[in-house]
Amino acid sequence: MSKNIWVSFSVIVPGVLAIYLISGVRPDIIFKSIIVSAFGSIYGITETLTKSIPLMLCGIGLSAAFKSSIWNIGAEGQLLMGAVGATWIALYVIPNAPRLILLTVMFLSGAIFGALWAFVPAILKIKFNLNEIIISLMMNYIAIEFVNYLVYGPWRSPFEWGFPYSTKFPLNAQIPRFLDTRIHYPTLLLALFLAVFVHILLKRSKLGYEIKVIGENMEAAKYAGLNISRIIVVILLLSGGLAGLAGVGEVAGIHHRLRVASGISPGYGYTAIIVAWLGKLNPLLIIPVSLLFGGLLVGGDSIQVSLGLPGATINFINGLVLIFVMAQGFSNNRIFIKKGRNRV
Amino acid sequence: MGKVIQMKGIVKSFGNIIANNRVDFDLREGEIHGLLGENGAGKTTLMNILYGLYSPDAGEIYIDGNRVDIKSPSDAINFGISMVHQNFKLIQSHTVVENVALGLKGTGFFFPARTVERRIREFSQKYGFKIDPHTPVWQLSAGEKQRVEIVKAFCRNAKVFILDEPTSMLTPAETGELFKLLRLLRVEGKSIILITHKLDEVLEVCDRITVLRGGKKIKTVDINEVNKKDLASMMFDQEISFLGRENRMRKVDKDIILEIKNISVLSDKNLLAVKDVSFNIHRGEIFGIAGVAGNGQKELVEAITGLRRTVNGNIYILGRDVTNVGPREILDKGVAHVPEERIRMGVVPSMSLEENFILRSYNKEPFSDGLFLRYDVISNHAKELISRYKISALDEKSPAITLSGGNIQKLILARELTISPVLIVASHPTQGLDMKSIQQIHELLLKQKEDGCAVLLISEDIQELLSLSDRIAVMFDGRISGIRNTDETTIEEIGMLMVGGGDRV
Ligand SMILES: Nc1ncnc2c1ncn2[C@@H]1O[C@H](COP(=O)(O)OP(=O)(O)OP(=O)(O)O)[C@@H](O)[C@H]1O
Ligand SMILES: [Mg+2]
Repeated sequence: MSKNIWVSFSVIVPGVLAIYLISGVRPDIIFKSIIVSAFGSIYGITETLTKSIPLMLCGIGLSAAFKSSIWNIGAEGQLLMGAVGATWIALYVIPNAPRLILLTVMFLSGAIFGALWAFVPAILKIKFNLNEIIISLMMNYIAIEFVNYLVYGPWRSPFEWGFPYSTKFPLNAQIPRFLDTRIHYPTLLLALFLAVFVHILLKRSKLGYEIKVIGENMEAAKYAGLNISRIIVVILLLSGGLAGLAGVGEVAGIHHRLRVASGISPGYGYTAIIVAWLGKLNPLLIIPVSLLFGGLLVGGDSIQVSLGLPGATINFINGLVLIFVMAQGFSNNRIFIKKGRNRV
Repeated sequence: MGKVIQMKGIVKSFGNIIANNRVDFDLREGEIHGLLGENGAGKTTLMNILYGLYSPDAGEIYIDGNRVDIKSPSDAINFGISMVHQNFKLIQSHTVVENVALGLKGTGFFFPARTVERRIREFSQKYGFKIDPHTPVWQLSAGEKQRVEIVKAFCRNAKVFILDEPTSMLTPAETGELFKLLRLLRVEGKSIILITHKLDEVLEVCDRITVLRGGKKIKTVDINEVNKKDLASMMFDQEISFLGRENRMRKVDKDIILEIKNISVLSDKNLLAVKDVSFNIHRGEIFGIAGVAGNGQKELVEAITGLRRTVNGNIYILGRDVTNVGPREILDKGVAHVPEERIRMGVVPSMSLEENFILRSYNKEPFSDGLFLRYDVISNHAKELISRYKISALDEKSPAITLSGGNIQKLILARELTISPVLIVASHPTQGLDMKSIQQIHELLLKQKEDGCAVLLISEDIQELLSLSDRIAVMFDGRISGIRNTDETTIEEIGMLMVGGGDRV
């Protein structure tokens, strides 16, 4: 235990010091400002909730993948493709459909787009044994460029004075919000429902069992006769589909249009990797962890304005939080591994 | 003769299992000390405490008369204590040199591998071990991996060696070599603790013996004072009969269960490991395969169980061609498989016992209803198997890795028998088991045979093969160097065939 604390502090102390030296702002002021802006006002809290939605959706999907030792780091691209899938339905396929049908089809389409984007690394992994880390990462860049191409090119709206925006979604394609906040609550409810659903899936279902076996001992999985290729595909489709839903929520709940990639997501798909790990790959734990990181994102925006700090500061702080918690987690893990190792 | 190590009143419990109950143990300088006890008696636990992997709940440890606190394996290594574990702790993708170099001191900062390589070569020359330092560990057979483990421990220049069942994976010849080496080390003043289940071995090589039963120390005895029977009665509270060749059912059916026709199989190194092998196994027959490890047995087993593709030939089960159909379909044809490497393949160590019991049937009734698993059924199933096969475990929810070595094997066997197999492929099914468990497993196999099951039994223990099999095939260099009716052969003849003398079929 003492060792963990030592590890944590050996990272945190110089980290905090570095922030101080670079920015000249006292660390306690920075942290107070983050906490106050994220959790200290009604507005802050609603914004925190809003930003936690995509983190939750992506994080839940990633937890299933990581549990089976499939390293999908392409949630960012899968999210963006989900946004594209929703926009396509809303603007070009059935823009005049009634709200319930339109939104349902948009969510479905977003999930399918996200899933298909994850299908690429899946198929390359099982057919050619290519590393899914690299492929899913590269797919992120392709998705970013694709979204930007759409909003600068074929989908650029003629009514937006030349901004790289798509046309605004029809009213029926906009996800309702809670009062005058930006909380698009249907997406939030969907995320909460899926957290419970995936939790049960992992704990109790046949697929959950297969995920555990594959993740823990690939040799035993082969021996047991698991259809490993099929399971890899299913897990990546699930993981990509959930990220796709997050993308739908962003364009249909917040922006009401497709915009450049960096405008849709400040890296939710990457932050969700941290969220999934800190949530111990447990979908229920991912809910509070998403709120925490939603808060950090809100706080990060606010210290840029209020303290004039560079936007990267918050990434830095994210990193510190990650290392701090990982140091604890890893040591716990170590104890487990050690216990496992000496049992013979 | 001074006492290098003294352990006094060692207590260690896991939940409500008391693995060590006030155990006293001492080791003299320059002795080989056998540690005996049935599966789960607490041998490994006691040694793990000495090696700093567990801290005892109570008790004291003295080294050379001084009270010490061994908090970790690196402490133990500093005190000159080295341990070869019961299961391999090698890093699969690393080469032999790299594995030995890990954690080794005094190799120089740069190019540690060179020094280590030299030491491995010296070592293998001096003691007649054959090891290629640059082979990745995953390409080695179980016997070869065991040798690397031993070399690794010896390279640490320890004065106390703990060997936890080092011989369970070795051939009789390799065991002989190992004992020669242990005796050399004894002459050099080193002390050795040897855990084994084989009484003959203990009597052959040890100076003193300590027997544990149910976590308690029964006695430490001088080797001259005891015989095999005494030891057995100290280890078990009931009588044990030693293996005989009698009372075997000779009736073998004509129906062919498994037919192997001219198959050839590649090894991990892409060399031909099985060369044009053919044989049949009949209903109710136990067909033994003898041979020194690394002569193609592993690849043959993997081909039959669907884990490895054949490059040539055909495999039929009950007349159906199942060549290269994959493990799932082979399993569905009713083929049970007790794999050679239990921890690496036979179980998922971190998952619970109950989950391990359904590893091969989780997707079938009554454990699955298609989408979800029925954990209440699964848990009852586990409880039943645990009591039926007398597996000693905390409960069905604890991870498989907390079982003792022998109990893991029982878990695997229990699971494989629940599929009501037509064919059991068993690789070294009694390796590392105590005599009582061996007897239990032999009885199980014979019972299966009586019920009409065919058994393919791979073992390096000729005695075991002779007492169980109806026919014995010997593998040498990827081929079958001879098939004999058990009644018409001798240990000597099988031994000859194992080293390549004999007919080719
Ligand atoms: N980490 C652990 N958690 C729970 N139970 C444990 C743990 N380690 C050992 N045990 C239990 O303690 C008992 C003694 O185990 P140990 O491994 O020392 O037996 P052993 O004498 O080495 O047996 P074997 O010959 O089968 O290897 C067993 O009942 C085992 O299940
Ligand atoms: Mg043991």
